[in-house]
Amino acid sequence: MNTSDSEEDSYNERSALVQSESPTIPSYNQDHDMSLPQETDTKRRRPVSSGLSEPGPVEREQASTPDGEEEELTLKYGAKHVIMLFIPVTLCMVVVVATIKSVSFYTEKSSQRLIYTPFEEDPNSVGQRLLYSLLNTIVMISVIVVMTIILVVLYKYRCYKFIHGWLILSSLMLLFWFSFMYLGEVFKTYNVAMDYPTLVMIIWNFGVVGMICIHWKGPLRLQQAYLIVISALMALIFIKYLPEWSAWVILGAISIYDLIAVLSPKGPLRMLVETAQERNEPIFPALIYSSAMVWMVGMADSSNTDSADDRRRNEGGARAQEGVESEDDAAQGGRRRYSAEEDLEEDRGVKLGLGDFIFYSVLVGKAAATGGDWNTTLACFVAILIGLCLTLLLLAIFKKALPALPISITFGLVFYFSTDNLVRPFMDSLAAHQYYI
Amino acid sequence: MKSYSTLSFQRGLTHLLSSLMQTLSCNSRKASTFGPSFALFVFTIAKDPLRVIILIAGAFFWLLSLLLSSLVWFIAIKASNSQDHSLQRGLLIFGVFFSVLLQEVFRFAYYRLLRKANEGLAAISDDDSSAISVRQMAYVAGLGFGIMSGAFSMINILSDSLGPGTVGIFGDSQYYFITAALMTLALTLLHTFWGVVFFEGCEKSRWWVIAAVVGLHLLVAGLSLLNPLYEGSLPPVYGIMLLMGVWAFFSSGGSLNSLNALCTRRKAEAESS
Repeated sequence: MNTSDSEEDSYNERSALVQSESPTIPSYNQDHDMSLPQETDTKRRRPVSSGLSEPGPVEREQASTPDGEEEELTLKYGAKHVIMLFIPVTLCMVVVVATIKSVSFYTEKSSQRLIYTPFEEDPNSVGQRLLYSLLNTIVMISVIVVMTIILVVLYKYRCYKFIHGWLILSSLMLLFWFSFMYLGEVFKTYNVAMDYPTLVMIIWNFGVVGMICIHWKGPLRLQQAYLIVISALMALIFIKYLPEWSAWVILGAISIYDLIAVLSPKGPLRMLVETAQERNEPIFPALIYSSAMVWMVGMADSSNTDSADDRRRNEGGARAQEGVESEDDAAQGGRRRYSAEEDLEEDRGVKLGLGDFIFYSVLVGKAAATGGDWNTTLACFVAILIGLCLTLLLLAIFKKALPALPISITFGLVFYFSTDNLVRPFMDSLAAHQYYI
Repeated sequence: MKSYSTLSFQRGLTHLLSSLMQTLSCNSRKASTFGPSFALFVFTIAKDPLRVIILIAGAFFWLLSLLLSSLVWFIAIKASNSQDHSLQRGLLIFGVFFSVLLQEVFRFAYYRLLRKANEGLAAISDDDSSAISVRQMAYVAGLGFGIMSGAFSMINILSDSLGPGTVGIFGDSQYYFITAALMTLALTLLHTFWGVVFFEGCEKSRWWVIAAVVGLHLLVAGLSLLNPLYEGSLPPVYGIMLLMGVWAFFSSGGSLNSLNALCTRRKAEAESS
């Protein structure tokens, strides 16, 4: 299957950089990867920022409260936000690993390749394999860079309609075509007889509800579920169609690109974000996972804010630290400088770009696919979670844009190769003799 | 013709039965290995995000220790004669003990890290007290070590047991799976108890406590070397586990009074309802 460009684009968009909805807040530092208290606006499109590796932006609102209080709030909510990201990342990885282990389609090597990795790896010659995987990586990364730059240019020249169309096309493809493929393979694996009318109805409903939830309005949990599912689908496509060694080199290269694109002053992501900030607009996320506990649109004044707080209290349930939270909400509500008509309720969640989900799942999925050793999969899983945790910690310390991919992917790669080559023979020998450590 | 079809029917039935039994027995092994740790996780850890993070970080530290010890073992293996079986076995035993020591070193390192983090949390909080006490952290860290240790020991065995095969076909013990499950369970709980006692010993600077924990871990690993003589390994390990449980209970502040109070309160509640 030679996938079309829109798949790549959708991927680019998905790992978009998301900026805070309220760039007017003083000392706003937008952060590449995750955003802490953040408003979600599902009605307003935010421009997508480029490329691949932007895992979502991590952002924290730095309000004009004194530093100590700010820090405490951040750290108090820090743990909760880390968990709010752990859960979806874990779910996505579980879906990918479960599929890889049961549906053999995604581990079968086919002769088809993505057009982004044109060089075919020859399993017989190590040198050639290495060279070709490097070349594949260069091709893929250049495609990503070019797409990112196109996106930045489009955004700069305000071609919003084009970007909208691009986003819709890519989600259409994911929600209909890839899920149809996936369902087909699952049916084949479990030998389930299915007729076309039923299948059409299932896929139609799934796809349409997905489009509505993601691009318009829908229950938060459903939207999150759809985002997780499409990230998993995308990761599975990558696992199937990227050649073995190329996949690992690409993972490494993406992390480096992410680092450069976010931290260097001329990086496309940074430029995109700065443009959006200048215009006081939120960026289009192609798809950004938002773990907001509650979001509402259109609260105009403080009386509504109170009722919103009440609602939030009810919905937040056991997790909300009610006193502090509602107080914080009110304070944050006050800090916002929107006009009364457009006042948006801020959500208290964290955002993470879908590109992060995809690459984490690709790493864990490949660990599950090659070898059949569960220890390796488990080790990569723990490594990625710890990387995510460290990234959030660094974010809390440095309070500036940080990419989410490098630390997790580095840990993941290190643990994959070392567990596969060092720990596996050790544990196998121990299990054979039933020695316990 | 008839006998042939009967035979194939019997074979089919045998396959069905054996796969059913395998799934059932696999599930029973899963339950016996991971039941307690799963229950502990759900009831004590899942609700508090900070504890979940400490749990995963504990698992990570255990993983790091395993990685380093496997590296050492691997280098030793590669540097030695691979045909000499007794040497290989000796190196494996060395690997076991070295890994145990390294695990304890990393437990200590994790303790230092948690202490620092705790001080940080306390410093920036309102009332100068951190959200989580060192004892809770000790329990969670120990559980993290235990869960990861159990998972690494057992998961491959569990997944292999789902497939076709005959246990002990080359003359090994029939009880491989169930003893593996029981041993892993004991180790998981032991790691939890060791975590509690170890941290308490570090807090109070009682070095003999730390030495005792290390010694007991070495003893348990050494006992497992007696496998497949399961009578020599399982009962002593369970005995040590019970002892450690009692020690951990008393070292984390429990007492006979509190146990008594718990029982009488339960009785009172039962009577009043």
